[in-house]
Amino acid sequence: MKTLADLRAIKEKAKLEMATREQTAKYRLVVAMGTCGIAAGARSVMTAIIDEISKRGISDTVVTQTGCLGYCDQEPLVQVMQPDKTVITYGKITPELARRIVAEHIGRDQVISDHVFMQS
Amino acid sequence: MHRIHVIIAMDPHTIAQGARSIKDALVKNIDLAGLNQDVRVVETGSLGIYNKGVVLVVFPDGIYYTGVKLEDVSEIVSEHLVKGRVVTRLRYSEIPEESRAEEKAPRFGKQVRVVLKNAGMIDPESIEEYIAQDGYEAFGKALTELTPKDVLKIVTDSGMLGRGGAFFPTGMKWGFAAREKSDEKYIICNADEGEPGTFKDRLILEGDPHAVLEGMCLAGYAIGAHMGYVYIRGEYHMSIARVRRAIEQAKKQGLLGKNIFGSGFDFDIQVREGAGAYICGEETALIESIEGKRGEPRDKPPFPPSVGLWGKPTIVNNVETLATVPQILLKGGDWYKSLGTESTPGTKVFTLVGNINNPGLIEVPLGITLREIIYDIGQGIPNGRGFKLAQLGGTTGGILTSEHLDLPLDIINLRSVEAGLGSGAMLVVDDTHNVVELVQNFAEFFNHESCGKCTLCREGTGRLVELLHKLTSGCGSEKDIDLIERLAGHMMKSAFCGLGQAAPVPILGCLRYFRDDFIAMAQQNQQRVPVSA
Repeated sequence: MKTLADLRAIKEKAKLEMATREQTAKYRLVVAMGTCGIAAGARSVMTAIIDEISKRGISDTVVTQTGCLGYCDQEPLVQVMQPDKTVITYGKITPELARRIVAEHIGRDQVISDHVFMQS
Repeated sequence: MHRIHVIIAMDPHTIAQGARSIKDALVKNIDLAGLNQDVRVVETGSLGIYNKGVVLVVFPDGIYYTGVKLEDVSEIVSEHLVKGRVVTRLRYSEIPEESRAEEKAPRFGKQVRVVLKNAGMIDPESIEEYIAQDGYEAFGKALTELTPKDVLKIVTDSGMLGRGGAFFPTGMKWGFAAREKSDEKYIICNADEGEPGTFKDRLILEGDPHAVLEGMCLAGYAIGAHMGYVYIRGEYHMSIARVRRAIEQAKKQGLLGKNIFGSGFDFDIQVREGAGAYICGEETALIESIEGKRGEPRDKPPFPPSVGLWGKPTIVNNVETLATVPQILLKGGDWYKSLGTESTPGTKVFTLVGNINNPGLIEVPLGITLREIIYDIGQGIPNGRGFKLAQLGGTTGGILTSEHLDLPLDIINLRSVEAGLGSGAMLVVDDTHNVVELVQNFAEFFNHESCGKCTLCREGTGRLVELLHKLTSGCGSEKDIDLIERLAGHMMKSAFCGLGQAAPVPILGCLRYFRDDFIAMAQQNQQRVPVSA
């Protein structure tokens, strides 16, 4: 390391990895992973989300899971939460759609309205 | 990227409770659940929660688990990590849901974390994680944008006082050494933490070793030193290992060594292990010890900033002091002054021990009261007992009683009641304890640790033990109490170094507030044992 820029490059990279521990995230992505969700493919949805987030170097988002939301026929369900905003719940999510959620909803703040199951 | 981070605190206490095997079991269970791509287990230093067994935190939820046993691991993994359901029976009860440790929880609520900001948050064995939390940013900024004079000025203007116990202005001390013209100067980090009940430096070094190294680098730059030593108490195996590792990592990254940040500034740091002598926490005895001599204090003046290690200008700073310096450089002296009181800016790290429900490592802004520390942060005294006294600053510390519960703690207020902040232990004693026996215990410690160089301390500490023993064993009289008081007064005035001068402080403190207890003991003695003429 010879310059401040070198230091900051290490910093940015490490910050990304540590983002999970910062409880200041702008977005919270919740994948419903009850038995119903997992049976419908929530695991591969989760993997796709994590992969897409790290590919894009997004640091202001945390991904967590929850149990059955009570809409088993709509699984896999993915919720996008933001402080002081309505919760958007997407239904029947495939890994491809999950990547789109990361790219469009998280990346550009655009809700993919065709796949919204519920707003609350 | 890992979606879940499980933080496991590794400090002497949790390791004794089986933290290592719990970590191994966690990793194994996570593997078995097929979550090794999703979950990362991170070792950190102390989370400041003591006596609650093994402590885990699951992020991003920020759920604290305490008292975790080996048999709980599979449940935590299958319930929380796989299904996202919190294992409520293990949950740390004081931390409400969704609260950031530092902000909302009652235990942490009155705390302000400056020195401990990374402790329990980062992996202390990863330089990258330290860098992610603005680590080495201050050092980089100083080398590329500031002159040594600028650095010195920022530290001086912040009004920072040394956290080793004497509260000497850090900037002024650095200034003495900076003014000396010498080809060689040294920075020493005093990590020979020996005060009974004090273990804050240990946990700082274990939790955030790079912060201390960065502080040393900045001190070196400010005074023109190129070599630093961390003198660590020999029993602190984990501190030694983590500091050594941190030094290696910093060298690898070019943050220690030659021509750092292309500035032409060279700085290197080595570890020196203490051999278990309390006196070596005294800075000149420490210097003697590094030089390979018997650890005995030197005659002062000259003081170390002009004649120190190998006869060269040397700065000896405490661990906590050095760990604060990078923050002051980054955030400015005004920010530092905004914490604490006018006479004593900043925060202080304490180890809260004794008769207290919630012992542990805390960091509070100065100006806080004893009541807030004992009853809010410490959650009161166990078994509904009353508060008798608190000893502030380790065994040499002054005595505070219930009349001082609402006194804002800073050096001026404490000086007015003949106490000080000291090294950072806060011993809380409830009303079941006999003060004379307590004092005898302190006296025995000093008698054992006196280095023997000066007569007053060597003989005085021994005589104090004898006199107190006389009282507690049923042979004393009120005359002995007067003798203890006189002897203690002489020691304070004439002992050669801090050890002998400070040894009588708690004894005199207890005599001031609890003289009746001493007299009661003496009178009881006279009834029990007839004194023959």
